[in-house]
Amino acid sequence: MTGQPILALDRVTKTFGHGPGAVHAARSISFSLHAGRALALVGESGSGKTTCARMAMREYLPTDGKILFKGKAVEAANAAEAAHYRRAVQMIFQDPFASLNPAHTIAYHLKRPLLLHRPDVKRSEIDATVRALLQQVKLDPDLVAPKYPHELSGGQRQRVNIARALAAKPEVIVADEPTSMLDVSVRLGVLNLLSEMKQEMKLGLLYITHDIATARYVAEDIAVMYAGQIVEWGNVGKVIDSPAHPYTKLLLSAVPDPDVRFDDPSVRLRPEDVEDIRRQSAMTQDRIVEVDPDHFVRAA
Amino acid sequence: MTAPLLSVKNLTIDYIGEEKDFRAVDNVSFDVAPGEVFGLAGESGCGKSTIAFAISRLHKPPALIRRESTILLNGRDVLDLDDKALRDFRWREVAMVFQSAMNSLNPVLRIEQQFYDVLKTHKGMSRAQARDRTAEMLKLVDIAPDRMRDYPHQFSGGMRQRIVIAICLALDPRLVVMDEPTTALDVVVQREILQRINELRRSLGFAVLFITHDLGLMVQFCDRIGIMLAGKLVEQNTAEAIYGSPEHDYTKQLWASFPSLHGGVLL
Repeated sequence: MTGQPILALDRVTKTFGHGPGAVHAARSISFSLHAGRALALVGESGSGKTTCARMAMREYLPTDGKILFKGKAVEAANAAEAAHYRRAVQMIFQDPFASLNPAHTIAYHLKRPLLLHRPDVKRSEIDATVRALLQQVKLDPDLVAPKYPHELSGGQRQRVNIARALAAKPEVIVADEPTSMLDVSVRLGVLNLLSEMKQEMKLGLLYITHDIATARYVAEDIAVMYAGQIVEWGNVGKVIDSPAHPYTKLLLSAVPDPDVRFDDPSVRLRPEDVEDIRRQSAMTQDRIVEVDPDHFVRAA
Repeated sequence: MTAPLLSVKNLTIDYIGEEKDFRAVDNVSFDVAPGEVFGLAGESGCGKSTIAFAISRLHKPPALIRRESTILLNGRDVLDLDDKALRDFRWREVAMVFQSAMNSLNPVLRIEQQFYDVLKTHKGMSRAQARDRTAEMLKLVDIAPDRMRDYPHQFSGGMRQRIVIAICLALDPRLVVMDEPTTALDVVVQREILQRINELRRSLGFAVLFITHDLGLMVQFCDRIGIMLAGKLVEQNTAEAIYGSPEHDYTKQLWASFPSLHGGVLL
């Protein structure tokens, strides 16, 4: 990958609590987000994906390590730079039902970020901008703008959330499981929309998911997390087609695949092996091996 | 073909509203053979959980099961059972596992006690007998029997779900209804649990009514599958046929909405 990343995490660690009971939610995490590219962060619940997202959002401060925004450490930012960061990095949440205020219209939800973050948009242009945002996410402005969240379906609400993020004119979007609460038939529509936005607006997209098949659908790069570490990362096709880390292999073998029947004894996962891989992968793995150009794996 | 274990005929269920009724299940008929895994797939709101509730007789008003409906289990109409018969029927003949079943364990009782409650009520077992049965059931789901003295919070989500499954199987039911039993869990844990259930149904011989929206998973696990759309069963066939040669447009549409691990979508 060439060019300076928009946002980069450099050996970032986050520990909750102290002493023997401390939880190492993120251990020496490094990744970078580039304009017009998507990085998928995949792993099971508790692996540290959301902790990484929250650090990227500056909701958590890292225990150790640096977060770089266009090459500059964000800890060193002054008030104006911090405000710029808040505008430039936007988030889309998992639950489209909980992330919109039930007491306000959709138009209100989209006006707020415009008033807050977009001094370049004149007061007289705000209504037109709201309409344009809704059109961008393929919703009919006349129909949707005056409505309240409860009048919309889950997929429509998630589109509103995307529009709300876009209203701030972001450079990076962090999407934490944006489709896991949606019906299967509307998931692809939302993912397609995210991909289009990423390309058209040259956004850096951090796509967090436990669904590795959608990761391949959306992202160019992938990072597989387990127990707070990124155990394998690189080009999405290379990692999924020729996984090198035992945990990635385990994860891939468990993805529902209609070509594989449970009755087939050769595909049976042995609980002892699963336990073993989990225990091994949870240990600190300091060695980084380049299996292939743009494909890396950690080892003990 | 052997006589079906479960036979659902012309099942129609309405939710009674103030102005108009909502037809959640519309004239659905299907059979499940002994030892078979039958899947019901569809999106939220299509009526699949409403069917599961009807089979266990869990519906309360405003749900109304229309008169022409019959649900036969071993030839007996479930919809005609009185209160006492219903108590015997639930758990002993039909057990249920829900999506958030792991949260249905009582947090202040040891696992052992929760097994004992079931075994005493339904089988009149003594403490010692119940303990033996509990150990046996925990082993079946790959949990060390000495952990029966622990409380639910000391187990992971996947282990709690396995404990609920073990409690369900403790009375040797003929049919286990599983409504999105692993949706809240990670894929590896999901695979471990379903693989185990598959082995157990082969050895113990119970049938499963498996409900999920994940078609790929369903084809891996089920013998036959029914596809539901807006309360109707639009297609019903073997798992191989639903995957290899789906007939209904909606089935094709569902397949097209799953991205494949190998790039593109599944169909």
